[in-house]
Amino acid sequence: MHRGKGMKFVGDSRVPSKEFRKPNIPKDYSEYPGKTEAFWPNFLLKEWMIGSVFLIGYLLLTVAHPSPLEGQADPTDTAYIPLPDWYFLFLYQLLKYEFASGPFNIVGAIIMPGLAFGALMLAPFLDRGPERRPSKRPLPTGFMLLAVASIVFLTWESVANHDWEAAARQGEITEEVEIDTADPGYEIYSASACISCHGDNLEGAVGPSLIGTGLSPEEIAEIAVNGIEDGGTQLMPPSWDGTDEDLQVMTEFIAGLEAE
Amino acid sequence: MLNKLYDWVDERLDITPIWRDIADHEVPEHVNPAHHFSAFVYCFGGLTFFITVIQILSGMFLTMYYVPDIENAWQSVYYLQNEVAFGEIVRGMHHWGASLVVVMIFLHTLRVFFTGSYKKPRELNWVVGVMLFGVILGLSFTGYLLPWDMKALFATKVGIEIAASVPVIGETIKILLAGDSTILGAQTLTRFFAIHVFFLPAALLGLLAAHFIMIRRQGISGPL
Repeated sequence: MHRGKGMKFVGDSRVPSKEFRKPNIPKDYSEYPGKTEAFWPNFLLKEWMIGSVFLIGYLLLTVAHPSPLEGQADPTDTAYIPLPDWYFLFLYQLLKYEFASGPFNIVGAIIMPGLAFGALMLAPFLDRGPERRPSKRPLPTGFMLLAVASIVFLTWESVANHDWEAAARQGEITEEVEIDTADPGYEIYSASACISCHGDNLEGAVGPSLIGTGLSPEEIAEIAVNGIEDGGTQLMPPSWDGTDEDLQVMTEFIAGLEAE
Repeated sequence: MLNKLYDWVDERLDITPIWRDIADHEVPEHVNPAHHFSAFVYCFGGLTFFITVIQILSGMFLTMYYVPDIENAWQSVYYLQNEVAFGEIVRGMHHWGASLVVVMIFLHTLRVFFTGSYKKPRELNWVVGVMLFGVILGLSFTGYLLPWDMKALFATKVGIEIAASVPVIGETIKILLAGDSTILGAQTLTRFFAIHVFFLPAALLGLLAAHFIMIRRQGISGPL
């Protein structure tokens, strides 16, 4: 059948003249080998069943893990350790190696990803043989396995080397609350050792923020007097050296601080 | 009634061939998991499309609340996440869908690669597929900035620095994306929003159409 250039049309429309018309009636189902099936509606129904199972898993994931939201972007925070989303981690990790960073940055940032993506794009023109089985085309199969293994390895390395606790801390949404500095509780707070680690507005500095802790006054008093110890490391030293009355006023003040 | 309506349209527009192309064709045995369980690897492409549709729908609903400017972007996402009915679900689907679509398109690429399905005559469809992969990664990269939280800002900063290190055109790419040669701010957010919501989806839909037309023209590749 003639196709492409030189095709004859009916008048100037796009309808080919009769002898060039492509028969648009597909082969009869019985002409196919094996157990074929009509796409509509038989196969589509089965596909939709697979889709439904997938959708349930997808929704469970969504419900079980709410999507993360860190504090509002603050370009002045220079201490923030950046991290891309997980599917770019391998590229990010690659740029940390000596041969791919600093003066060789172009190797890691452009040449290696460029070659890989270019080879992927041009795969049909590089691998031109008639063989389709992976075992009969060792070079393409080998290169692809190597690429997948490197991506897995680099992602793994990146995850293992990242300080996830620090990342969670630096991304926390800092809650804002109006501090009543005339409150007797605040006066005791500012006169005590607490203020040196927890900040002028209780927003946290060396120590964490004291706003919206969810602790009761008794629990706060217990921490202030005894400090916090975790597995032998002292996270917070015993800090309170004032009277019990002052302690009660202050802990009630702190426990009453809720984020808006 | 429906048949009469169909006939009325068909008489004028000859839609039967289109219908045959979309729906009325054979599914060969070797891609049907009902016959060979291992054929589930042929589902990855369809699942990629399925998630893409969910991404488009959930994204449309997100834009009903999202405000692309640096004062309100984070506030609007926070509100959407914590106050709007089902906002957490819609945003969650868009967030997890972005990860799942990358996983699925990766698996689909591997399936096509290892079954050698990109060989003649399907070279062009493979090239379009790799372009689709690039577009989806572009959508992931630009969408990551939009909540305008700490991780978004700093990840984008790193990404743009990498783009800027391209020789010769790096600086131009940086200015095109960020809107400025030094500042990553208000301009960057609106540009990423425009790229994420208009430019790349347009490219995505065009390439998807080409991908599907080609596969209907050529049929699915035969068994190994």
